[in-house]
Amino acid sequence: MKVKITVNGMLYNKHIPNDMMLLEFLRKYGYVSVKRGCDTSNCGLCTVWVEGKPVLSCSYPAARADGKQITTLEGVKEEAASFGRYMTAQGAEQCGYCSPGFIMAVLAMRRELTDPTEEEISQYLAGNLCRCSGYAGQTRALRAWLKDKPWEKEGQA
Amino acid sequence: MKLKFVNQPIPKLDGAALTGGKGVYTEDMVPRDCLVVQVLRSPHAFARIKSIRKDAASRVPGISCILTWEDVPQIRYTLAGQSYPEPSPYDRYILERVVRYVGDPVAIVAGRDKDCVAKAMGMIQVKYDLLNPVLDFEQALDHPSVIHPEEDYFHHYDIGGNPSRNLVASGSDAHGDVESALEACDVVVEGTYYTKANAQAMMETFRTYTYLDHNRRLNVVSSTQVPFHCRRTIAHALGLPKGMVRVVKPRIGGGFGAKQTLVSELFPALVTLRTGKPAKIVYTRKESFQASNSRHQMRVHVKVGAMQDGTIKAVDMHALSNAGAYGEHASTTIGLVGHKSIPLYARQADFRFSWDVVYTNTMAAGAFRGYGATQGCFAMESAINELAVKLNMDPAQLRLKNLPQVGETMPAYYNEPLTSCALPQCIRRGMELIGWQEKYPCVKVDDHRVRGIGMAVTMQGSGISAVDTGAVTIKLNDDGYYTLMIGATDMGTGCDTILAQMAAEILDCPMERITVDGVDTDHSPFDTGSYASSTTYVTGTAVVKACTQLKEQIAAEGARRLNIHPERAEFDGDKVYDRTHPETSITLCKLAQSLVAGVGPQWLTATASHCSPTSPPPFMAGFAEVEVDLETGETKVVDYVGVVDCGTVVNKNLARVQAEGGIAQGIGMALLEDINYDPKGQMVNSTFMQYKIPCRTDLPEIRVDFEESYEPNGPFGAKSIGEVVINTPSPAIAHAVYNATGVRVHSLPITAEKILMGRED
Repeated sequence: MKVKITVNGMLYNKHIPNDMMLLEFLRKYGYVSVKRGCDTSNCGLCTVWVEGKPVLSCSYPAARADGKQITTLEGVKEEAASFGRYMTAQGAEQCGYCSPGFIMAVLAMRRELTDPTEEEISQYLAGNLCRCSGYAGQTRALRAWLKDKPWEKEGQA
Repeated sequence: MKLKFVNQPIPKLDGAALTGGKGVYTEDMVPRDCLVVQVLRSPHAFARIKSIRKDAASRVPGISCILTWEDVPQIRYTLAGQSYPEPSPYDRYILERVVRYVGDPVAIVAGRDKDCVAKAMGMIQVKYDLLNPVLDFEQALDHPSVIHPEEDYFHHYDIGGNPSRNLVASGSDAHGDVESALEACDVVVEGTYYTKANAQAMMETFRTYTYLDHNRRLNVVSSTQVPFHCRRTIAHALGLPKGMVRVVKPRIGGGFGAKQTLVSELFPALVTLRTGKPAKIVYTRKESFQASNSRHQMRVHVKVGAMQDGTIKAVDMHALSNAGAYGEHASTTIGLVGHKSIPLYARQADFRFSWDVVYTNTMAAGAFRGYGATQGCFAMESAINELAVKLNMDPAQLRLKNLPQVGETMPAYYNEPLTSCALPQCIRRGMELIGWQEKYPCVKVDDHRVRGIGMAVTMQGSGISAVDTGAVTIKLNDDGYYTLMIGATDMGTGCDTILAQMAAEILDCPMERITVDGVDTDHSPFDTGSYASSTTYVTGTAVVKACTQLKEQIAAEGARRLNIHPERAEFDGDKVYDRTHPETSITLCKLAQSLVAGVGPQWLTATASHCSPTSPPPFMAGFAEVEVDLETGETKVVDYVGVVDCGTVVNKNLARVQAEGGIAQGIGMALLEDINYDPKGQMVNSTFMQYKIPCRTDLPEIRVDFEESYEPNGPFGAKSIGEVVINTPSPAIAHAVYNATGVRVHSLPITAEKILMGRED
């Protein structure tokens, strides 16, 4: 089938197989930040945004993205790098394989929730698995980032 | 000496690339025209292939080749990533006429895309003669079904195995007369403990791609912890000269031991050899669960005897381990069960440790962080906690009374001397952090909820004594920057970074001047690989040696350029100068330039290898606080404290995160993770939906602290960190559950059901 999918502002006018998932579509066109960690929508590694809302691209048919705006980590590079520095300051990225999906969820959470409690943060991010870190380092990175609010300073600049 | 880089929380060198989603992992680098390889797997736990028809499947458009048992080299090998000669038996073919577990490969299918491969897979007709599978590891020994009757079964040396009895390995180790010692004890406790098979569940599943280069050599790019073992085993299994194989390791999305066994490498390699085309295989999560390797399931029987004052006088342990269908890491993991748990209490005790490892028709086990020590720790530490109750002693005091002392030889630890240990400090600090005095043994929250606390201690090793070897080359390049070439494999743990920290410390230069290169078996120095908690301690020492040599060479070459006696030359990281006339100097930049080209060049490199005769143990004390709902049995870990002695902490952040992650995996093992099979031998929990690893809401905010000892044989006083951190949660949580409920759970995982049923008894 034919679809028009916009990824990070770039329009892709493509023929795709009907059963293609958004994850495969994105990786095919070079968005390698999008990782697959499972086959059952349980790990969160493939998190991207559709119209600004986080989805699991492994189970989101590319056909459904027709006419929609998709954002991957590559599309929010600077903001991701800014939060990424909080992660690396803790060593919390470890193998890094879950980092892009996790960061996409974190940046979406920041847009969605104002001054979230620790409980709300934990619930929001519960679907993003990490096998290396035990999450404590991620939590320290999140706290420091939410306290510093670098996006406000970056916004002013 | 004041340290500038070692002992500092320096961010990982690859951190920006990893968090920036760069294409640095195996699958990101696959060439476009790569064949897709998939494996048709056995649906039966034990069967003989009667016939395979692949003619129709071969005609599917796009299919490049379909290989079955008739098409592959008949060479026995082991997939275990261990130093040659491997202790694991050679009990595999790439494809064999007999299949020994659900998931054993039956056919390798390669084609231009996944759709044609999937179609062909569905069209291969296999007829099986079913055999009676051995599924219960406690029934495996001398079972009527023999899993490995083959005549060409091979092992390099005797590990006490007898395949006709389904016995992979057996043995014993003793000191003194344990029977008499037990009889003389005032108090004896005895128990049988069960630990389950667990999946390593690293986020990046197994994957490999292969191609032939311009010299027709087989190039293998793989997510592996053991590139050099991979090269050797691939060459052997495919019948190639070793010089014809090159293995490259890019960034790795976690391993935890799973990738210390070759899993995905041989399938695309064989396809590339047969077709001449690049080929890739990417395991699905289900395949990763069902057809790779796991922690060894075990039954550990322990008997501990003590005098009334708490002095432990006897330890008797027997372990039975389930190797699954193939014997990778079977004889070695079982050794650690006793060798890493008994030494903590064998100071004044006679002991005996005996073991059997059996084959069953389940997925082969392999290496998983902790490697047997974790299973032994659950049994031994649980027994010690039970002993404390029987002696009416505080469990922390009981341990403090018996721990080995620095300077002593440890008879239960290969007679190695204890050269550093801060475990008593770890215990005291942990007690403080968890609030032992106020909370032990339990605190009632309300009418149906109780909080209990528990503890355990553990040790691991730092590499395999006299086996694990790391080599390092450091080069001085023009412009005065260095390349640190290593064969150790960073799998996310940050060894590239901590080894660079050591190099920067010795060479007295900023981290930015050191480029770390690894691993490519064509140019990296040999390293046995990253496993057995070896990299910091073993490869780290090689870094210290190589950098020290290079530093001396730089000073000597500087002296030559300055026309001064070498003994007067001093290198401060930026320049070589005359100690007596500091104004006489040459900058490193200038020196390096003159060394690489021009008259009298002398390109400076230094290579050093290291292999340690001993494996100094790191230690950890773990403390758990759990809340149990007495009506439902629901248990939640509300606090976990781990205090670690890994010697000098080379990188505070990376060591902390490793410890937190190890504890999280340990909590998963204690409460959630449990590979199960149905009565026909089909794994029932092969997705993250059924095999639950801890998510954020399952865990407390794990708290980690360090009590640093100084290990005289380690680089900058360092020991290992990678594995010791996973061991304590199971026994500490079991102890906390007992203190909250009075129920002793002897089999993992500790579920609500087991607690409730225990309360009813």
